This record gives sequence, structure tokens and C-alpha cells, in this order.
Amino acid sequence: MAEGSKDRGGPGPAEPEEDSPNMIVYRKMEDIVTRIQDEKAGGVAIRTVKSFLSKIPSVVSGADIVQWLMKNLSIEDPAEAIHLGSLIAAHGYIFPINDHVLTLKDDGTLYRFQSPYFWPSNCWEPENTDYAIYLCKRTMQNKARLELADYEAENLARLQRAFARKWEFIFMQAEAQVKIDRKKDKAERKILDSQERAFWDVHRPVPGCVNTTEMDIRKCRREKNPHRVKKSVYGVPDDGQSQPSPVHVSSQPARKPTREDVQKEITFLNTQLDRHCMKVSKVADSLMTYTEQFLEYDPFVSAVDPSIPWITDDTTFWDLEASREPSQQRVKKWGFSLEEALKDPAGRDQFLKFLESEFSSENLRFWLAVQDMKRRPHQEVSSRAQEIWQEFLAEGAPSSINLDSHSYERTSQNLKDPGRYSYEDAQDHIFQLMKSDSYARFLRSNIYQDLLLARKKVSYTHTPRSLISKSEEL
Amino acid sequence: MSQDPLEGCRISAGKKSAVSLGKALHPPNLLVVVEGTCGACVAASPVSAPEGSCSYNVAHHHLCVCVRVCMAWQGLQKGETLASLKQESENLRRKLEEERGKLTDVELHQVAEKVETVAALSIKTRRVLKGHGNKVLSMDWCKDKRRLVSSSQDGKVIVWDAFTLNKEHGITLPCTWVMACAYAPSGCAVACGGLDNKCSVVPLSLDRNENVTAKKKSVAMHTNYVSGCSFTNSDMQLLTSSGDGTCALWDVESGQLLQSFHGHTADVLSLDLAPSETGNTFVSGGCDMKANVWDMRSGQNIQSFDNHQSDINCVKYYPSGDAFASASDDATCRFYDLRADREVAVYQKDSIIFGASSVDFSLSGRLLFAGYNDYTINVWDVLKGTRVSVLFGHENRVSRVRVSPDGTALCSASWDNTLRVSRT
Repeated sequence: MAEGSKDRGGPGPAEPEEDSPNMIVYRKMEDIVTRIQDEKAGGVAIRTVKSFLSKIPSVVSGADIVQWLMKNLSIEDPAEAIHLGSLIAAHGYIFPINDHVLTLKDDGTLYRFQSPYFWPSNCWEPENTDYAIYLCKRTMQNKARLELADYEAENLARLQRAFARKWEFIFMQAEAQVKIDRKKDKAERKILDSQERAFWDVHRPVPGCVNTTEMDIRKCRREKNPHRVKKSVYGVPDDGQSQPSPVHVSSQPARKPTREDVQKEITFLNTQLDRHCMKVSKVADSLMTYTEQFLEYDPFVSAVDPSIPWITDDTTFWDLEASREPSQQRVKKWGFSLEEALKDPAGRDQFLKFLESEFSSENLRFWLAVQDMKRRPHQEVSSRAQEIWQEFLAEGAPSSINLDSHSYERTSQNLKDPGRYSYEDAQDHIFQLMKSDSYARFLRSNIYQDLLLARKKVSYTHTPRSLISKSEEL
Repeated sequence: MSQDPLEGCRISAGKKSAVSLGKALHPPNLLVVVEGTCGACVAASPVSAPEGSCSYNVAHHHLCVCVRVCMAWQGLQKGETLASLKQESENLRRKLEEERGKLTDVELHQVAEKVETVAALSIKTRRVLKGHGNKVLSMDWCKDKRRLVSSSQDGKVIVWDAFTLNKEHGITLPCTWVMACAYAPSGCAVACGGLDNKCSVVPLSLDRNENVTAKKKSVAMHTNYVSGCSFTNSDMQLLTSSGDGTCALWDVESGQLLQSFHGHTADVLSLDLAPSETGNTFVSGGCDMKANVWDMRSGQNIQSFDNHQSDINCVKYYPSGDAFASASDDATCRFYDLRADREVAVYQKDSIIFGASSVDFSLSGRLLFAGYNDYTINVWDVLKGTRVSVLFGHENRVSRVRVSPDGTALCSASWDNTLRVSRT
């Protein structure tokens, strides 16, 4: 086995980009384990533990690691520290000396730190030939602690079938590794063996455990050399049969900015400088007001009437919301803004009813018609646009709306080449008109007030609590 | 370019083998920038590069360096070199930062001190949806508040009634890694796409026996993977984001490209439409660490935010449409207000070191649910900037979190092959 310590020479696996998403996390974990091992700087004491007839070198207890994490990363809940520690273990940076399953336990279980040679940041992608050599080597060594686990024995059997032709070669490599290992100091061997085992626990995990080497395919190609030549853990030369890992290659490698790009940037920045922006204090107030207003409608924060379907398996809440006979709470929302009123189909209906009573429903009908037009398939848009013109804007139109001459001119120009956004100006203008004029009157109207104060008798299909509160109101 | 632009050019190279930058001015209009480490160059002969630059290997004092010749001399007639343009851009950026800084008279969390604290949340899993054979990569709720669609690395898209755990439809795609899926507003169709570089729309049939996959229709075509998709207010338009660095708006019926959005300089990983009835904007986030706001009518990028230090995996609007949040591989989530044109909050902790993959707001916008690559979901108080709760339960990365349309539940999709519906 190759040297597990820092004096590893020769070119390592290809260097990945330092700021790729994977590397960012690896470096953070490495920072943590480096700090934990730094006894002088508040790290954990790594010691040799006596056990029966032998000594266990270079270990720490799980509880110590959990304590350190809680203290140094400001974690209040031990469960969180255990979870983070288990992830660091699952990536192979620390490992239990007596278990293939890489999790952290908050007790006296002993753990060891992985050698930097085996760190995931070195982008190992060990081949099955290496794994076969490893398992084969294990069977040659007559030590109880190195006996193969069931799943490992199964893996070995599978590999023997797969590599039947070159098994002699693998066997020889394994023998060579065993010879190299025998030359090492006993204590050192214990440590190196365990680190090697932990390495394979990461790359060939116990069935049922998460394989932390799996990558998000969208991020794979950030490595500088995605089709890298794989380096063997045991120095086996690549016989050219290894498949490069499936990597989704970019069709557009990151370009250096050209003059046009920079000129566009400058134009953009100038536009931003001209933009009128609000102060943070003002937007903060606005965000707070909005949130306060809707807090009572937020089922994660406030109680819901009658009950949350997901908990009680009762869908009454949904049935009520779907009905066109709205609750007082829902009606109250229509008063927040015209947008809110129009979002709710019942609100839309009531507002339309009110406008009809004032003989000014053409505004809302125009607005709704334009909304509908924008939702049509591309082919139907221009004919719909013409229809809208005829109905609402043409001379002698049946539902003539009131547009200022400027908007009218612009709209009529747009109609020469009708498209989805031909009526944007007009729609905006009409919306503002409704907002400042009709909407305010709507909120004061009997139609709205009756619903808001539940003065009107509305029939329900169910008999929820709100009916009781209604009678209390009266 | 027939003449050798380096003829007679004096190049000064740094003595260190680390990146060194030297400039030499060749008479009269040639600016030569020398950079790169020894042995880093790959091209042995002039490489034709996009517009305006060209690489040479130059042996000079046994040092092999890469030389990038700025061809802006052609534009020098107008008095501008690429370098001077870059300088101008830098100056503007600094000025913009200064201007925006003046408007930062207070921090959001300071103003929010007077707001009542959210009571401790005890969120539990109420449904576990099992059925995918591999990592679940994406999901979307139906407007009916109980159905949802999910897509997986195994190439399957499943439509569930999450309330009853019933699988209503199963669609098999010919490619693996279906990274994007969306439910149509009418509830009558779903869209899905991924490594096939396409986004397809599949109408859902009420007839359980009908083979839904057969009716699949390709709508969007990109030149790289499709990372996200969303219907606009109607079943008739589809907005997609792609690994090819662009977003695009498509007409579903004809498959016609209605508008494309260029500006990101790397993969676009996520998009979200502004929640307004008359909304014409959307926000996108990508591997170039930028979040861009776009005007759908013109295709223009109207605002841009570059506060993150790594890929932005997800962007989502605040319910009022005046702000949005982002999740990134730099292990933070951020909150930006569009009216202030600024980042107004950062959600981070020392103990959170894994990237955030997905975010969504609760109905009032007070809570931000964020899914992470450390298998957890952190719930943040949007205004105060503090963490309210952390949810364990998934056994592998959380790939997507979405609050149901009426805000009653949170669905999370994970690499552990399951989806979970949770609430307090």
C-alpha cells in the first residue's frame, strides 16, 4: 500500500478548481478536522488507549468530538453536533476504529482521523481493480480484526467473477502490497490499515449507507480535467480499460469577456446608477408591514379554521376555500389591495358585481380580457387583440373604456403589429384608475361591507364554527 | 490578422513562477498582457479565440508564458481599449456600490427587533412519498394544494395525490437526471426536462389506463441540460432555465421560442416568476454566482445581484414580489429587496457548512424554508435573520423544498429517493 503519510511524492490526482462547490465544502471540513487535532489551539487530546492485551494508538472519543463541535461552532443542540460530525465521518475525515458504518456517536466510541493522503479533496475515483486488490490483500492477512464483513465477502466474490481473466495479476499485486505492509512498524500498521479501510468505506460504502462520493451532475464538469487519468491507490498502471467517469461537458466553456460584453456591462451599470432606489429603512418597514398583515393567514404561524387537512385528514378547510362563499377572514384580505381582491375569484366576482351596479364594469372587463389574451397560445393572440379593440376601444365600441389620449395613441400604434404586450400601457392605466377610484368605493359599499361583517346570510354546505361566530356577531 | 502582432514587442515576465502580470506597450497601439504560470499553457500554436483575443506561446529566456493580445487596437480609433473599458466598468461598479451604500441607513434585522418573535415551531413529517427508484431532484405543487409532481434521476416523473399518497400518473423519460418539473396552473398537464436538453409538456389524462407518456410533447430546446422550468400564468407559456447559460420563454402549443434571456456567464440553475397577476418579470440564479431579474417583454436584464461566493442553486420571490431569496453552495441564503436594489439579509451559521440547494417562503413571507446538502432543512426568520428551527429526517441531500399553494404544508424532495410533506 502506498504511504499513508504526508511524505507522499509524485503527482497526485488532477487538481480540481479550488472554488468549485465540492472543494468549498471539503476545505471547510478539513479546516474543522485540522483544528480538532490541534491540541495546542483548543483541540482534542489524541491518545493511545489500553485495551486488554493491546494498545490502541491515536484515538479520540466520539463524546470529545461532539463537545469540541458544540463549543467551537456555537452549536447548542448536541443532536446537531452529532449530525454534523456524522457527515464529516461519512465523507471520510474521521472514522470509528471498529465499524464500517461511518457515523459519529456521542459516547466513548473511539475514532481516528483520516490521513490527508486519503482526503476526498484529492478527488479519488478508485477503480474496482484497486478494490479487488484491497479485498484480496485482506484475505491474505491472518488477523481477526481484518476479517472481511459479509458485504465485503460478497463484493470480493463478485469481483472474482468479473475479473476472472486477470485475477492472477490482482493476486500478485495483493501479495506485493502485503509484503510492503509487513515491513512497517506494528503501531504504524494499525493506523494505516484503519485509514485504508476507512477510505474504502467511503468509496465502497456498506449497503444502505449514503455514498458521499456521488456528485450533482450539474457541477461535475467544474474539475479542470474532467476526463482525468485515474490514479491507482496501489500504483497499478492504467491499462486503458478504465472508463472515464460520466461527466456532462459544457458546450460553452467560460468565455473571457469581450469589448461588447464590457460595453454592455457599462450600459447596465449606468442604468442602475440612474435608477431611483428606496432606503433600506423604508423597504424594511414595507416588508414588515406586509408580513404582519398576512401573518394571520399563514398556516405555519397562525391557527387555521377548522383544521389543517394534513394533520386531521379532514378536507373541510380546502372545501371552504374552494367555495365561492368566502369567510370573513378571506373577505378581509380583499381590502388589503386591489391585487389581492382580484387574485381571489370570489373577490373578482364581487368587485364586478359592484361595478355593474355603478355601470362602470367595462374597465374590469377590459382588464380581465387582456389577462385572458396574454394566456392564449401565440397563434390566437393577435385575433384576440383585435377583438378587444373592437369591444373596448374602437370608435363606437359597445364597452368603451376611458383612456388618456397618450395611451390611446400608443395602443393603437401597437395594434398595427398586435402581440401579447400590445395592451400593457392601457391595462396599467385602467388598473390605476380602478385602484384609485372604484376600488375605494367598493370597500365602502354595502356589497363588500355586508360580507366583511357577515351581515348577510350566506348558506354553507357544511356547518363549521364560523357559522356560530356569525350568530354571535348578530 | 496577417502580421505578427508581437513583432518587436518587448515582453517582461515576472521572475516568480506564480501568476505574474506584466505589461509592455508596443508602438503605437498594442497592449500586451502577460499572465499565467510556467507550464500552464496548452496551445502550441495561435489559437483562434472569440473576438478580440489570441493566444501565443512565446519562448523567452526559456520561460514559456501565455500571452493574450488585446485586439482592441481596432477600437483604438475610437479611443477605447478593452482595458480602459474594464477600468470604466470598475469605476462605475464602485460608484454604484457607494450610492447604494448611502441608502443603507439601517439593517433589516435591526428594524425587525420590534417585531414579535415567532414561537418555536415543532414541524413534523405528515406524509412520506415513496416510489422513486433513485434521487428525487425536483418537485412542484398543483394549484389544488394536494397534488404534486416529482422527477427523479431514474428518468421517471410521478404525479401524486400527496394527501392520500396515491400515485396518479407515471411518466417515463428516455433520459436520466430529470432535473426540472412543473405543474400547469390548470392542473391538466406537467412539464419536465433535464439531461435531454429539452423540456416537454405532458397532458394528464383522467383515464388511468391511458399511456400518458405517449402524449409527451417537446416544447423547449436548449443546447445543454434544462435545470428549471415553470409555467407562466397559463398552460400556454413555459419558462425554462438551462446549463447553456440562458433562460427562454416558449409557446407551448407551437413550441415557438417567444423570448430568450442572455446575460449569465455560466449555467443557470434556477428561476422563479414574480407572483403578481400582471407580472412580467422573473429572477434567475446561476453558477456565475449572480441573481438576475429579467423583463419578460424585452428580454432585458433589469437588475443583478452578485453577493454570493459560489453557485446559486435556487431563487424564490417573497410573496409580495418586492423581494426575493437565494440559496447557494457557499452555505448561505440571502434576501434581496428590489426597490432598494440591495441584499438586505444573510442567513448563515458557523455550523452550516454544506451548500443550500433550495428555498421557499411561508405564505406571509415571515419564514424561509431552506434545504441543504447536509440532509437538513433550516427554517429562518426572514426579518430577524435568526434560525427558528432545523428539521432532520431525510437521509441524503435535500434537493428541493416547496410550500404548498395555500401555505399549509412544506414538501421536501431528497436524494434519499423520497419526498416528505411536513408541517407544525
